[in-house]
Amino acid sequence: MQYEAPPTLDAAMALLAGAAGTARILAGGTDLLVQMHSDIVEPDLVVDIKRIAEARTIALEDGRFRVGATVTGMEIMEHEAFNKAWPGVVDGVKLIGSIQIRGRATMGGNLCNASPAADSVPAAIAAGAVACIAGPGGRREVPVEDIGVAPGRTSLNKGEIVVSFLFPKRQPGSGGAYLRFTPRTEMDIAVVGAGVDVTIGRDGMCTAAKVALGAVAERVLVVEDAARALIGSKLDEAALENMAAAARAACRPIDDKRGTKEFRIEVAGVLARRAAAIAIERAGRN
Amino acid sequence: MARQHVTLTVNGDEVDFLCETDQTLLSALRDELQLTGTKEGCGTGDCGACSVMLEGRLVCSCLTLAVEAAGKTVDTIEGMAHGEALHPLQTKFLEHAALQCGICTPGFLIAARALLERNPDPTETEVRYWLAGNLCRCTGYHKIVEAVLDAAAEMRGN
Amino acid sequence: MATTMLKYEEKELKVVGSRPVRPDGVDRVTGRARFGADVNLPGQIYGKVLRSPHAHARIRSIDTAAAEALPGVKAVVTRDDLAEMPTEYIAVGEMVINFRDLTRNVMAREKALYDGHPVVAVAAISEAIARKAVKLIKVDYEVLPHVIDVADAMAPDAPLLHEDQFTQGVEPRPDRPSNIAKRMAFETGDLEKGFAKADLVIERVFTTKPVHQGYIEPHSSIATCSEDGQVELWTATQGHFVIRAQCARLLNMDISKIKVMATELGGGFGGKNNVYLEPLVIMLSKKTNRPVKMTMTREEEFRASGPGSGGRIRVKMGATRDGRIVAADAQIDLQAGAFAGSPLPQATMSAFTRYDLENVRVVGHDVTVNRPKVAAYRAPGAPNAAFGVESVIDEMAGKLGLDPIDMRLKNAAREGCKTYYGVTFGPIGFIETLQRAKAHPHYSAPLKPNQGRGVASGFWFNIGFDTTSSLNVNEDGTVALTVGTVEVAGGHRASLAMMVAEEFGVDVDKVRISTGDTSQLGFNFVTAGSRGTFAGGMVAVMAAREAIGKLKERAAMVWKVAPEAVVWEDGHARPASTNVGDFEPLSIGEIARTANKTGGPIAGHAEANVSGAGPGFGTQIVDVEVDRATGLVHIVRHTVIQDAGKAIHPAYVEGQFQGGAAQGIGWALNEEYIYDEDGRLLNPGFLDYRVPVASDLPRIDTDIVEVPNPNHPYGVRGVGEVPIVPPLAAIANAIHSATGIRFTELPMSPPKVLKAIGANTDA
Repeated sequence: MQYEAPPTLDAAMALLAGAAGTARILAGGTDLLVQMHSDIVEPDLVVDIKRIAEARTIALEDGRFRVGATVTGMEIMEHEAFNKAWPGVVDGVKLIGSIQIRGRATMGGNLCNASPAADSVPAAIAAGAVACIAGPGGRREVPVEDIGVAPGRTSLNKGEIVVSFLFPKRQPGSGGAYLRFTPRTEMDIAVVGAGVDVTIGRDGMCTAAKVALGAVAERVLVVEDAARALIGSKLDEAALENMAAAARAACRPIDDKRGTKEFRIEVAGVLARRAAAIAIERAGRN
Repeated sequence: MARQHVTLTVNGDEVDFLCETDQTLLSALRDELQLTGTKEGCGTGDCGACSVMLEGRLVCSCLTLAVEAAGKTVDTIEGMAHGEALHPLQTKFLEHAALQCGICTPGFLIAARALLERNPDPTETEVRYWLAGNLCRCTGYHKIVEAVLDAAAEMRGN
Repeated sequence: MATTMLKYEEKELKVVGSRPVRPDGVDRVTGRARFGADVNLPGQIYGKVLRSPHAHARIRSIDTAAAEALPGVKAVVTRDDLAEMPTEYIAVGEMVINFRDLTRNVMAREKALYDGHPVVAVAAISEAIARKAVKLIKVDYEVLPHVIDVADAMAPDAPLLHEDQFTQGVEPRPDRPSNIAKRMAFETGDLEKGFAKADLVIERVFTTKPVHQGYIEPHSSIATCSEDGQVELWTATQGHFVIRAQCARLLNMDISKIKVMATELGGGFGGKNNVYLEPLVIMLSKKTNRPVKMTMTREEEFRASGPGSGGRIRVKMGATRDGRIVAADAQIDLQAGAFAGSPLPQATMSAFTRYDLENVRVVGHDVTVNRPKVAAYRAPGAPNAAFGVESVIDEMAGKLGLDPIDMRLKNAAREGCKTYYGVTFGPIGFIETLQRAKAHPHYSAPLKPNQGRGVASGFWFNIGFDTTSSLNVNEDGTVALTVGTVEVAGGHRASLAMMVAEEFGVDVDKVRISTGDTSQLGFNFVTAGSRGTFAGGMVAVMAAREAIGKLKERAAMVWKVAPEAVVWEDGHARPASTNVGDFEPLSIGEIARTANKTGGPIAGHAEANVSGAGPGFGTQIVDVEVDRATGLVHIVRHTVIQDAGKAIHPAYVEGQFQGGAAQGIGWALNEEYIYDEDGRLLNPGFLDYRVPVASDLPRIDTDIVEVPNPNHPYGVRGVGEVPIVPPLAAIANAIHSATGIRFTELPMSPPKVLKAIGANTDA
């Protein structure tokens, strides 16, 4: 296996473009090394992108947070300002694996591993984040929800690397949250995940909302009907129940070793409501 | 690719080894450096028995490539005591009988020390959630939690 | 050499009952302790096993040519290298095995019988090459229909695992082979009359899934075979003498040619009583004359070692209005895995044994299915049976309007009761645990909304068996004890050192314990059946008393008096009375220092088939909180009250209570093997085989009851196994208390709980 740790983005892209056999990008390694251990993948080339400066920092650009794709979970959890602006995203990051895993895992890897159960993705989608991609064809920005396509498959072209995540400016009166269901308190893959972000006007009316569900389909779902149930409402019991119903209706889950179809559908509604309640509370404090 | 020559700092000493590019840091520590205190319980990051500090971060060494540690600092269980002086966590684990078979103990000690260095006065809930990545099948965690809280108190000078 | 068991003597204790730091603790907290995978020998090579990907298949042919041709591959072992074994049963731990089956579990012969069944073993100069070599082996399988469920396997048209397996225990002997390896039955009294008297009869069927022991240390063995056929083997095991015996038999070697060292053990719980890798590394080493090391991956552990049996338990009980149980009937069908030998005897004998009942029948079936062969798991069979029985008792109490502890008190077994399998109880502490549970603050603590409380009790026989140990008094008066019981639970060496220190009247840190290898002692049975402190302690005390006898003799020699005129007190030989003479007491050190002048080194040893193990009883109280919207069950509070006879080192007794309870919690709520429709294991790892993590559990409070076992010098009863018996039912009973729903299927995982709550709300 060839291991390279290029110092620049151009060098990384050149390696990937020139790769003959199976090539993999190495960020935190908490998915790749598990897959190598289980013989799911035997890479001929591993490109370690952790030396690339642009991908390693969290910075504020014009009031918008840019989170490098190789920033670790723990670094995100420790960033006070980012926690304040995007607690829902941090909710998700805090649930990836264990402290040990978070010491290495990255949002870039969590997204590009393309598990529909990835914990940092639903809230990032609900937050309206975009993935900033560099590739042979140049740079482009793609909403996070358009990256994961199917389990293990992204929409990225060959040789493309997600370099950072750009978040919108945090509006006053807005807040987000992420909840997941797991049978144990920690260490499980999400059976259902729900990320919700809401913006509430001074009159208590919801002016914007986004709801994303994880682990209930082949990709993370954006549930527009759920958002529509909230927008224009006073976020009362009826609106929340409509949102939950829309969430349930959107699910197309499978039966697998982690949960049954019916369980996922039922719990998706429950979690969407609970996440919405937290998002609303946070919006009120913002 | 040929075996890689990796130089790094382990427990304060500059050391080096040869390794395969796809060899884990866990394997390099155990098989190349003969530091067998760090254990393999699962190889997939689910049990924490392989916990080490990498550049001051608590990580699973089974999910880190040995080559990634080049030029970096690694701290393992072998470096936790200083000469004859056990770390307070090590002492408290013994006093509280917080270990039975002991295979998970190095991982727990490394993880607990990382917690107390960051948060010297954790609540029981904080201790349990921080240590959720370390599996123990023998103790039910009760005495481990007691030992960590007691060590924290002692280290705070209570 | 005494072979009569030592009886209990009540006396003032100085060391026993205290909490010193264990003598083998520092090595464990510094990483110095050498577990199986930590042993490395110069020139070692590495073994890997090719395992069947099919749940059931005939092995038509095996082609290892490509593997053997790979540079770096040194040897290959196939079924042709292992001798055929006759049907021959031996006891291992608390289970019985058949050598004909054991050799086939070590390496498949005619058929692969489970996903993960070893088919070929390879040794190469690196693990990477060994792994590559395994992939080059071509096996021609004829895939057969498989069966993994107990009920399915018992059907007459089920896929058959063994054409030569005819159900034992059935008269007349069946003429068609069956997956039912054995039928057992116990019956006493008159069941029909009993049920006729009952005011309330409840019958329910319970199912449990197999669960893995979940020790964090995978199996690991390293063997080196010299050119004259002598083998040294280091291995992770609960019993190196048993491993030696199994290897010698399987490989047709003299027992004396195999020396086994038990490495520090990273957990066993019964799962490390049998050979898996040992015969393979020995054979590979024989072929190469290089040390061969093999360690199981976690995936291999789940696919090919353990588990504890799953099964189906039908319980029918009748009680009169006052709560007296008048009839008890159970049928217990347990999975044995690929080869016969589930813990059926233990399950059937323990099912109702906590209670003094007149009319009892227990029938059981040992059923082979296409899963890994079961190994003992902490009180094997008892948790399954108790899940059913303790749940039905809870239901009866509820329907009769009786407090669940009162109902158990009304029927509790006590000293003098004869069990339905023949044994009569000596002094036991069951009632004490029930009374203490009732009086415990936990039992009367208020519950919050969506919380419920459950109680259940458990019993385990505990065992003694062959144990030997050897004790030497060093020239400075410190004591060295060599034992053959492997340290599995953490408190073993500490407890033995404490008992010996108590005997000698010296500080506990003057006694050092080492575990001898198989060449240094007589046979020691596996540390299983909760026998370590009981039996290990028995022979350690015997050896100590023999040495003390000699110390007294030497003092008598020096004082020129009769040996009977010397007593041993507080670490000193003293004249028995002033009549004997005015002699200064002689310390152990003083006598030892001049031992070479008084007759030579001073030692004691003991070899015994230790009997008189005291049965253990426990009662547990569990509070749960149920999230009705998701089915999530959270353990809020858990108390374990159990009779230890005598807690030599209370912290390690508490540790057994807490650890066993935690395993029971995992078993009750989340642990199970999940198979696909081809019989392949889908969750062979700690990610999806969900053992409890630290944030899942509360503190587990403990209360040690001490009703001394009259058949042990310090009153010890085994404690390791009882704690895993009550939690399954205690948690089910607590969930019932919280939701009104009674669960009869384990694990009680969220999808099942949510479904039942939904159905309950609709109803």
